[in-house]
Amino acid sequence: MSSRDDILASIRANLPRVDRPLPYVPAFDDEPPASLLDAFKASLHRMGGMFLDPPAAGDILAPVREKIAGAKIVCSMVPEIRGNRDIAGIGAPRDLADVDFAIVRASFAVAETGSVLLSDADLRVNAVAYLAQHLIVLLDPADIVVNLHHAYRRPEFRDRRYACFHTGPSATADIEGVLIHGAQGVRSLSVLPMAGRRSAEK
Amino acid sequence: MSTVRDNADDEDGAMLHPQLRAEHDPDAIIRDGRRLDHAEGRSKALRPQPPEPQPRGARVHGNRPVDQAEAAARFIASPEHEKMHDERLWDLRQKRDREMHGIPEWEELRSLASAIKEHTLTHLDEYLDEFEANARSNGVHVHWARDGAEHNQIVHAILRDHGATSLIKSKSMLTEECGFRPYMTSVGIEVIETDLGERIQQLDNEDPSHVVVPAVHKLRTDVAEVFSRTIRTDPSNSDVHYLAEAQREATRPLILKADAGMTGCNFAVAETGTFVVCTNEGNADLSANVPKLHIASIGIEKIIPRLEHLAVFVRLLSRSALGSPVTQYTSHFRGPRQGGEMHVVLVDNGRSERLGMEEFWTSLKCIRCGACMNTCPVYRRSGGLSYGATYSGPIGLIIDPTFNARKYSNLPFASTLNGSCSNVCPVKINIHEQIYAWRRVLVERHEVPLAKKAAMKAAGALLSRPAAYRTAIAAADMALAHLPRFVIYNGLNAWGKHREVPHPPKQTFHSWYKANRGAKQ
Repeated sequence: MSSRDDILASIRANLPRVDRPLPYVPAFDDEPPASLLDAFKASLHRMGGMFLDPPAAGDILAPVREKIAGAKIVCSMVPEIRGNRDIAGIGAPRDLADVDFAIVRASFAVAETGSVLLSDADLRVNAVAYLAQHLIVLLDPADIVVNLHHAYRRPEFRDRRYACFHTGPSATADIEGVLIHGAQGVRSLSVLPMAGRRSAEK
Repeated sequence: MSTVRDNADDEDGAMLHPQLRAEHDPDAIIRDGRRLDHAEGRSKALRPQPPEPQPRGARVHGNRPVDQAEAAARFIASPEHEKMHDERLWDLRQKRDREMHGIPEWEELRSLASAIKEHTLTHLDEYLDEFEANARSNGVHVHWARDGAEHNQIVHAILRDHGATSLIKSKSMLTEECGFRPYMTSVGIEVIETDLGERIQQLDNEDPSHVVVPAVHKLRTDVAEVFSRTIRTDPSNSDVHYLAEAQREATRPLILKADAGMTGCNFAVAETGTFVVCTNEGNADLSANVPKLHIASIGIEKIIPRLEHLAVFVRLLSRSALGSPVTQYTSHFRGPRQGGEMHVVLVDNGRSERLGMEEFWTSLKCIRCGACMNTCPVYRRSGGLSYGATYSGPIGLIIDPTFNARKYSNLPFASTLNGSCSNVCPVKINIHEQIYAWRRVLVERHEVPLAKKAAMKAAGALLSRPAAYRTAIAAADMALAHLPRFVIYNGLNAWGKHREVPHPPKQTFHSWYKANRGAKQ
């Protein structure tokens, strides 16, 4: 017998003879926050992420341009910002090891946790979101869901091969509980609220 | 005052600092067995003390029962380690409480999580089948392993097929269970752990001591010592930011040149064939996304039916583990990326058998958050390595004996049965009741030492006969009040080894009740 058949047979022989129906999972959205964006911003801050307040007037991307001003290598996956490392020309993920800033647009965000979802479609090369020293995320304020129950109803989890909630930067507290940003992945994560093309066209 | 007079070593009766009287004072000139002090200063400069050495874990001798208490005593004898460990874990427990109070539906989520897990486990064959079919249709290679040895061989074969000789991996308790790293070393494959805590443990050639924070039993000075030996950091620099940065810089090149990547799995979703990995460092995403080849080891109990159930567990996991609303990264792998290859190994290793243990099968609900460890007074004071097993703390007490009842026969006794573990468990495992049940099972199977068994048998006989119990209590109180210490505290009274026997009352409750209230009956 194959290992597969062995294991399944062993499971069937040992299944507890008790009735355990699958429960209904509510969405727990009775009392949503007044502003999803404000709630997201507060959650993001708690998790070590930075929220870039767009200027009241003028170039909405000014806070991003300011951040990347001194950077040597910028890899942008968004049409709004021009970088100097073309993601389309990347042969292997390790070619991204020298990237200082990566810029990407999130599929959506979660107010409850301050998370942004970055998928393979958003990143093109998944590793860019971890090999870069810093990550800047553009987020359409219309793309914020209230909590994780709503998040998992989104289509990205059914049609993308890879999707990852980023909640603040790479972090560790493995040595005496001392908080370190940039344990292995990005040292900082910043989010700029900015309507995307889809939203803007509406 | 730390100075002393009239010491035998100090014939002239002058005050001498104890450090100056030290037998092996390197500064002293000794002639004819006496210290020359004709011009010696008796002052002593204040100097920093050398770092407290790290207490090591249980001494494991093959199949012999692990003596958890012995290793715990050595941990407690290292006050700096014990204090930091105790406080760090209690802090995690308090942060967990803060998160719990921030969510009105917390208890409802726990009930849902428990119910979803119990449903899945009672239909495990069907959901595994569904997961496999969906993963395959997403282009994932699915393998099955009966035990740790088969798991290791499967992974080795995949690596061999790809000519891979180096593997970067994220933390996985399952691979610890399988003895994966020693096996890979024996076949010439270099394994590099990428979680900071796990990397520290790997470089120190020591097992993880906690399922979430593997090096929590180490002080920064211990890490500085390990890193100075292995990645050439400055041995005198124990600044945590410096150490973490040095590790990042040392690991990054290894990540970039690795031939393959490996992750564990926190949840596997049957309806989509997705597996989910939760980390704080982003190291699982580096391991999975930098090399072309990604292998994931998945315990068969990690299955959940649908995406909507994932929300319940992700909301509970990090809040229970670290007291943060979510891990920094929650990664969903549904299929290989363009040009990549993805394998999953579904591992049984005793799980299907545990499913058939009427009193213990619900331990398979565990999501490895570590909340039971953080809250356990025994775990916090004795360190995870004292258990000498892959799983330590309360959850370890009920899982480890399923792997080896003899070797881990002492573990279910490393508990006060206070029930705090069950109260914080996000999937509502009745941990303390299972600990108690294991004690009974182990006694029945004769896995418990004779002295402990004889004492319990005598107590059992006594407790079942009220009149005999009353007589015995009165006699014991009388005896405790009058017997010399050596009669009460000796080798046969294991309970009195580290504790004082309570002061005997002047009167038993029963005799007091009879005298004061008895007449009213």
